[in-house]
Amino acid sequence: MISLAINVGQTQTPEAVLFWVLGPLAVLAALGMLLVKKAVHSALLLAWVMITLAIFYIAQDAAFLGIVQIVVYTGAVMMLFLFILMLVGVDSADSLTETIRGLRPIAIVAAIGFGGLMISLLDRATLGRQLVGLAAANEAGNVQGLAGLLFSKYVWPFEIVSALLITAALGAMVLAHNHRVIARPTQRDLATARFRSGSLSTAAGLPGPGVYALHNAVDVPALLPDGSASEASISATLKARGDVIDSRPFQLKELEEDK
Amino acid sequence: MTTAQLLSQDPGWLIAVKGLFVFIGCVLLTLMSVWGERRIVALMQMRIGPNRVGPFGLVQALADGVKLALKEDLIPAAADKIVFIIAPIISATTCFMSFAVIPITGPVTLFGHKTAMQLTDLPVGVLYVLAIASVGVYGIVLAGWSSGSTYPLLGGLRSSAQVISYEVAMGLSLVAVFIYAGSMSTSEIVAAQQKWWFAVVLFPSFVIYAISMVGETNRAPFDLAEAEGELVGGFHTEYSSLKFALFFLAEYVNIVAVSALATTLFLGGYHALPGLTFTEQWWGGWFTAIWFFFKVLFFFFIFVWLRGTLPRLRYDQFMKFGWKVLIPVSLFWIMIVSTLRVLSLHGASRITVIGFASGIVLIVLLINIAYDSSRKRASEKPYADVAPPSFPVPQLPSERAENPRG
Repeated sequence: MISLAINVGQTQTPEAVLFWVLGPLAVLAALGMLLVKKAVHSALLLAWVMITLAIFYIAQDAAFLGIVQIVVYTGAVMMLFLFILMLVGVDSADSLTETIRGLRPIAIVAAIGFGGLMISLLDRATLGRQLVGLAAANEAGNVQGLAGLLFSKYVWPFEIVSALLITAALGAMVLAHNHRVIARPTQRDLATARFRSGSLSTAAGLPGPGVYALHNAVDVPALLPDGSASEASISATLKARGDVIDSRPFQLKELEEDK
Repeated sequence: MTTAQLLSQDPGWLIAVKGLFVFIGCVLLTLMSVWGERRIVALMQMRIGPNRVGPFGLVQALADGVKLALKEDLIPAAADKIVFIIAPIISATTCFMSFAVIPITGPVTLFGHKTAMQLTDLPVGVLYVLAIASVGVYGIVLAGWSSGSTYPLLGGLRSSAQVISYEVAMGLSLVAVFIYAGSMSTSEIVAAQQKWWFAVVLFPSFVIYAISMVGETNRAPFDLAEAEGELVGGFHTEYSSLKFALFFLAEYVNIVAVSALATTLFLGGYHALPGLTFTEQWWGGWFTAIWFFFKVLFFFFIFVWLRGTLPRLRYDQFMKFGWKVLIPVSLFWIMIVSTLRVLSLHGASRITVIGFASGIVLIVLLINIAYDSSRKRASEKPYADVAPPSFPVPQLPSERAENPRG
């Protein structure tokens, strides 16, 4: 850290090289995030933008902020990733159909308004000024300086923001939580129900498929002792798909003819 | 002179040489640890293990690696090609990065320069390791997603849930260390343990870290992301050849990395065992590296021992353990630790500190006794309300106990 703090007055060459290599990459990734079709790719590019920002923070002597940026945002993007998988689907891509009418004009107006605000802010920035105050801020060490500010001057804003975030998390949990109206049947309940269903033939469970010793496959019905095919041994999905093979060719015909 | 000042004087080429040392060391350790693991597990299972290639089968892992690299490299048709290729690269690169802040030796002389075997000394070194670990998980999750098939996806999702929940416990276990060391830099934490190891002072934190580090690295009994009984190969089902080798490498380097962090944070890092401090001056200070690797290999042995002993946990039990046991316990422990620390920093009398500590111990004991007795009562209950059945049944165990001869 000492070597970085020697010449605080101006941007050093390694830092400038770092900026001009990573800066364009970050901008490209940010554009790509908006333009790629697959939601997961977009989340990945967002993670890359966040990591680049973290590297910039570290290069500017804000080690704690940079590392925390990585920890927090990689976790956050991971959450985003899980949400995409759970809510939109594994292979989801953006669909361009409008689900709410008039969404597009509203979005365009909002985008122009936000963009205008940002540009007006950029306009107020001054470039080419000497850097001041970094050495003073990091005097007692980066972490200690930040901790001093967070736990003295900014303790109230910090607490209020954390209360807000916790409320939001709790709210999301309340909204997403649904109570079961009837308790989930346990294995014991299911067993009792099978025995009380009237016929004892299904009580021990359904027969497995396949004609053993000749043809063993899930798409062939099992044979009952009288030689007929057991419909219950085939999965309902296969039946609906029409993928069931006739079990008659696999019966022990020759044996009967020999007698 | 502190380690940070010592390291800031390193010329660029020396940093590059150290980086090379770390890389070669990690790859060699991986090869050796694969062999070591197979031999140790074999011993535990009354087998011999690999003993054909080289003396004691030492080169077996290298031979396997070469064979793996020569295999056909398959990319499934349903896979997302770019992400499928990036995923093992993320895994394999991030696993090396955490070694940048691990102090391997004390002050030594390397090529005529006075330095320490540590690449850099960040003031937030331990957090840096956590950050790198959380980037490394992306390799596993993306491998699962990009394979375009069900089992890898399930493995990837499991691993992300696992790492997110166990990282919380791990981070909380580190807080106590930060409070006692007064710093988050690895070299200062090692320096703070010169008298007492934190594994002794902060024993609960040590236990929590040790458990969550097994969870972080996806190793048995927490290897649910690649549970071969349920998910074929988990996240790496579709991977073959060098890409699979990269995951393999990442897994073992990660084990060494978390062991190295555990050594640094809890077992006094490169310092010698208590009573043997005179050895730290041998070989111009290089002997400390021996102590460091001795401790790391001790943790590695624990990893292998766990794998040879314990069955895999069920997924819901694993999550319940993380969220309902490890995290509350570490929160409670942090409160105790910080209270004790404030008491001692403000010069409270010894009697107050001991009184507070023993009060806590008493409360925990009382809660434990109350919990145990309530559980005993609950387990005694079922035999009491069973009505006698109206048909002949074998004797119930409770009746048999009263009349042992039948």
